[in-house]
Amino acid sequence: MSKPRTLFDKIWDNHVVRTEDDGTALIYIDLHLTHEVTSPQAFAGLRAAGRKLRRPDRTIAVADHNVPTTDRSKGIEDPESKLQVETLESNVKEFGVPYIPVDDIRQGIVHIIGPEQGLTQPGMTVVCGDSHTSTHGAFGALAFGIGTSEVEHVFATQSLVQKPAKNMRITVKGIPPKGTTGKDLILAIIGKIGTAGGTGHVIEYAGEAIKNLSMEGRMTVCNMSIEAGARAGLIAPDEKTFEYLKGKPYAPKGGQWEQAVSYWSSLPSDEGASYDKEIELDATTIEPYVTWGTSPQDALPITAMVPKPEEFDDEGRQAGVARSLEYMGLTGGMPITDIKVDTVFIGSCTNGRLEDFRAAAEIAKGQKVASGVRALAVPGSGLVKEAAEAEGLDKILMEAGFEWREPGCSMCLAMNADKLRSGERSASTSNRNFEGRQGPGGRTHLVSPAMAAAAAIKGHLADVREFLK
Amino acid sequence: MDKFQTFTGVAAPMPAQNIDTDKVIPARFLKTIERKGLGKHLFNDMRYNGDGSENEDFILNKAAYRGAEVLVVGNNFGCGSSREHAPWALNDYGVKCLIGTDFADIFFNNSFKNGMLLIKLPKEIIDELMEDAQLGANARLTVNLEDQTITRPNGEVIKFDVDPFKKHCLLNGLDDIGLTMGNKDQIDGFEGQDDNSRPWMPKIEI
Repeated sequence: MSKPRTLFDKIWDNHVVRTEDDGTALIYIDLHLTHEVTSPQAFAGLRAAGRKLRRPDRTIAVADHNVPTTDRSKGIEDPESKLQVETLESNVKEFGVPYIPVDDIRQGIVHIIGPEQGLTQPGMTVVCGDSHTSTHGAFGALAFGIGTSEVEHVFATQSLVQKPAKNMRITVKGIPPKGTTGKDLILAIIGKIGTAGGTGHVIEYAGEAIKNLSMEGRMTVCNMSIEAGARAGLIAPDEKTFEYLKGKPYAPKGGQWEQAVSYWSSLPSDEGASYDKEIELDATTIEPYVTWGTSPQDALPITAMVPKPEEFDDEGRQAGVARSLEYMGLTGGMPITDIKVDTVFIGSCTNGRLEDFRAAAEIAKGQKVASGVRALAVPGSGLVKEAAEAEGLDKILMEAGFEWREPGCSMCLAMNADKLRSGERSASTSNRNFEGRQGPGGRTHLVSPAMAAAAAIKGHLADVREFLK
Repeated sequence: MDKFQTFTGVAAPMPAQNIDTDKVIPARFLKTIERKGLGKHLFNDMRYNGDGSENEDFILNKAAYRGAEVLVVGNNFGCGSSREHAPWALNDYGVKCLIGTDFADIFFNNSFKNGMLLIKLPKEIIDELMEDAQLGANARLTVNLEDQTITRPNGEVIKFDVDPFKKHCLLNGLDDIGLTMGNKDQIDGFEGQDDNSRPWMPKIEI
């Protein structure tokens, strides 16, 4: 019998093209997603070296970061954003890369469209010049973000030079209480292990709570693996994964479907496989979560108080907390539910899928957004938008006072016109609460879509359980 | 890529933990299609006030640290976004080397691809180097990659580890795409085999 292997080990082994004596390997990349922000310099590098793009049929491009979420008929107003999107359009033509145009119904955030098109499949290696590539790990694909030099390397060679990561398993036992979503689980995990807790590791999420999540919820969990410093997140493929994929445009068809499912079913970690690090959480005690500071690790249950610097042992951490409180305009010891918000953002590659808008609409139905609060709902793709509208979610949200927008990254990182002004404060379903992330001087509290809707209605961070019967 | 050469330069202390790549360069400066010219936006929102004037409290705005070539940094520097604009901005400003207890993975890799050396050392040693860096213009460290040593202002020599492949690439100014292209036959071989074992893999056409 060979040594039991983890899901990560198996995917890695299946993709090694060659290995050097020191363990460095050249690994093959199955799928390369690309967008307008991190690709121009890589295309320019290819051009300068006279190189071709090796596998256009395994590469897909879409503009998402810079696109306006309001009426697109007038094009992009900001000249720099416009140039970046136009540069992508001319590069994909020159190098023969499949491209989803901005006016195509399939356009959207790159990490939403991969799964939506059935491109993301179990056992694959997936890369993108974007740290939230970890999203695709929800399918049991080894998916990680790379820099632009590596984007160029994949363009030219369809491979990457890598050292194997360490294996870490996070087991979330039990079923979470009502009101606690995949977003709350991952915020609780990052709160526990810290923003550097996963450095050098690939995290495999396991346990009943993870298994019980929908594919959308699993994507939310894997999406934020990078916020725990991990190279990637992984969840073992199962019947739910196969069910999600079946019938998607690029999913295997006919006899190849059975062949693929049989291969995918061989991927989950073997009994007795060993991990370099193991963490356990009890889902039954995890309440809806929210961040109070300027790092995703600054996460607490909604029922908690904003912490004081002196509550932390480490001196460096104390200084960090003091700085965060100052930036966030908060006082240690105040109840988190006393924090007023003026902006609510529902969207992003973390929480911009159909299930997320259903959750928000369930809370917002028949309610009104509090006066003085600007509430944006930005679907992750044109197809999410269409599906949500078919269910009437757009009407529910608009009747409550939300703006219903065109798809894109939007206020997650404020590269388009959607941003916080200095001093404004948001409840946001995105992934990062860094200083200035949603606009210079803006203050961000990360929450689930249902919690964001609750905050919009109350005008302050609120416990979504008050809205649930 | 330029070859990495031994140098002696001013080291600036940045002890805060978890300095993310949004802090190194905020997203609104990523709208460029060039690699060059980002140095002026390095640490933009810490370095400048809202009106565009310099924040005199920021370390790199102090006379002694202008043009620092080494940063001694807190744990987990470079966390967050994969943007290579972060190392491009550091490089364009003139930073050649960062020293800390640990770095975020993607930032670590991206920096080496741009000819910069990132050195990981235990906390006790980082604490000493952080104190050295507080000495202002006298905070000069000598970094020798060939010998894998840092020489402190007091003459003490500290050894560091570095991945042999990364060292080789830095010392010779090598771009690894050229090296990988040399293994084209093996990539062809992998693809040939894979077409048989996973025939269902997508062939994308839009």
